[in-house]
Amino acid sequence: MDIFNSIDWYLILTSLAKTVVVLGIILTMVSYTVYAERRVSALIQDRLGPNRVGFPLTLLGAKKDFSPFLGGLGQPIADAVKLLIKEDFTPAHVNKFYYWIAPALGIGAVIVSLAVIPFGSSFLGDKMVIADVNIGPLFIFAFSSLGVYGIVLAGWSANSKYSFLGGIRSSSQMISYELALGLSVIPLFLILRTLNLSDIVDYQIKNGWLLIPFTNGSLDLRKIILWIPIFISFVVFTISMFAETNRLPFDLPEAEQELVGGYHTEYSSMKFALFFLGEYAAMIAGSSLIVTLFLGGWHCPFIPDGAGNGGLDVLHALPDWFWGLVNIAVFFTKVALLLLFFIWVRWTLPRFRYDQLMRLGWIFFFEIALVNVFIAAFILALYPN
Amino acid sequence: MAYTVSRPKLTFWEKMYLPQVVGGLVITMRHLVNMLAGKTKVVMQYPEEKPDAHLPPYYRGAPALVKDEKGRERCVACQLCEFICPPRAIRIKPAELPATSQWAKVEKFPDQFDIDMTRCIYCGMCEEVCPEQAIFLRKDYAITGFSRDQMVHDKTKLYEIGGTLEGLVFKWNPLK
Repeated sequence: MDIFNSIDWYLILTSLAKTVVVLGIILTMVSYTVYAERRVSALIQDRLGPNRVGFPLTLLGAKKDFSPFLGGLGQPIADAVKLLIKEDFTPAHVNKFYYWIAPALGIGAVIVSLAVIPFGSSFLGDKMVIADVNIGPLFIFAFSSLGVYGIVLAGWSANSKYSFLGGIRSSSQMISYELALGLSVIPLFLILRTLNLSDIVDYQIKNGWLLIPFTNGSLDLRKIILWIPIFISFVVFTISMFAETNRLPFDLPEAEQELVGGYHTEYSSMKFALFFLGEYAAMIAGSSLIVTLFLGGWHCPFIPDGAGNGGLDVLHALPDWFWGLVNIAVFFTKVALLLLFFIWVRWTLPRFRYDQLMRLGWIFFFEIALVNVFIAAFILALYPN
Repeated sequence: MAYTVSRPKLTFWEKMYLPQVVGGLVITMRHLVNMLAGKTKVVMQYPEEKPDAHLPPYYRGAPALVKDEKGRERCVACQLCEFICPPRAIRIKPAELPATSQWAKVEKFPDQFDIDMTRCIYCGMCEEVCPEQAIFLRKDYAITGFSRDQMVHDKTKLYEIGGTLEGLVFKWNPLK
């Protein structure tokens, strides 16, 4: 019976609750990111996009469907239902075991990496992060690299040349850009002196967001000079994140014109949907990391946190749990804005050629990130505090 | 033969790439904002808005039979359209006019006249070949049905689409 007493039931139950909530939010967000992608791309190209799907009341015997106010917001639900009830076809020429395991790896790795992101301050006295580990960014990098296995296995096991080429491209691209991705944030860790994402957010509350250093109301010379390496790492990190998540202009693994569908050419139905979800979930995970590292996480000036600290005095009239929820909303709003930026870039830039992509990764970003580490270290040596 | 493509000379800022990216982002954002503000009007919301008013006079929609101003059938069942029809969409069953009829000299009329709209390619050859100007391509484009049978236009349906057309028709001319 000792084992039962030694288990921290509070920790297990709260973690489970948080996991369910985060998974729910992320999956909803994924489907509506797809919808946003379609609508924004349409608007950019002077079209309208999916604007009709509402409630199919005609199926229930009504005269007309209801859609005017929804403006197509039912589209993701319809898409999901379509993908679920489609025939799940496994071609005869595939390596079945790896063919089946690849989509699960693809999305699993991404979703696990979301566990360390602090998505809110605290709610009813509980910290709004599923796993408050001291190696947050490393954990995320490790798991986002594991995502490569999903793609490589999918490309290889499908036994088709298009999938194979897509898998090769994707893996080499992710390996090249992970280098720049990891190196570009080292200056941040020199400045922050911690790898715990919650502590990183706390630092940004006290000293201003890293990218917008005056959010705490003060600005001095050290901050301004340090802003230079931080901005460089932000640019390199964001662009590498585009490459890491296979987004345009780096979407060579699924260049339709060359590779049919890329590594998921041979997949159908829910297995394809898992890749699709994984891709967008990776976008969300990447945006969450950018928000946490550079844009202050769940913090918004003037708004108190869930424990009743900070913010304007007037706002303390409302209960703390309310502000805890507001902090969560602030975090996901920031992520959503960043996702819109991802989409905006996708529908602006054409795809890079493969050699240009490799050149950019190895010759520019790797070197810039490396030099940036030294710039940051030099500034920190000049202005230790 | 090999030929050289002249590359445009890039300025320093263009070579820096990122400013150009920002320029591109501004362009796409302008399109988005114009769409949201309703300044760009390109898309027609089909079932609510229809292109009927903008159809050109030469538009080739569904083929239909027409009657003259006195309500007489123009078609003489000569079957030229049936023979010319490339996808063989037209089926005509001719019948003879009774000798007692006032228009007995016309001799024939179509007893049945079917156009299979699942086959019709809207080429307009039937209209072109018709010696009596009895078949015309109208501006109807939304030809729908729940079954293949419903997609076959029979004589009643064809006259319903076609309506009447005034003007000279050779066969009714007593001098000829």
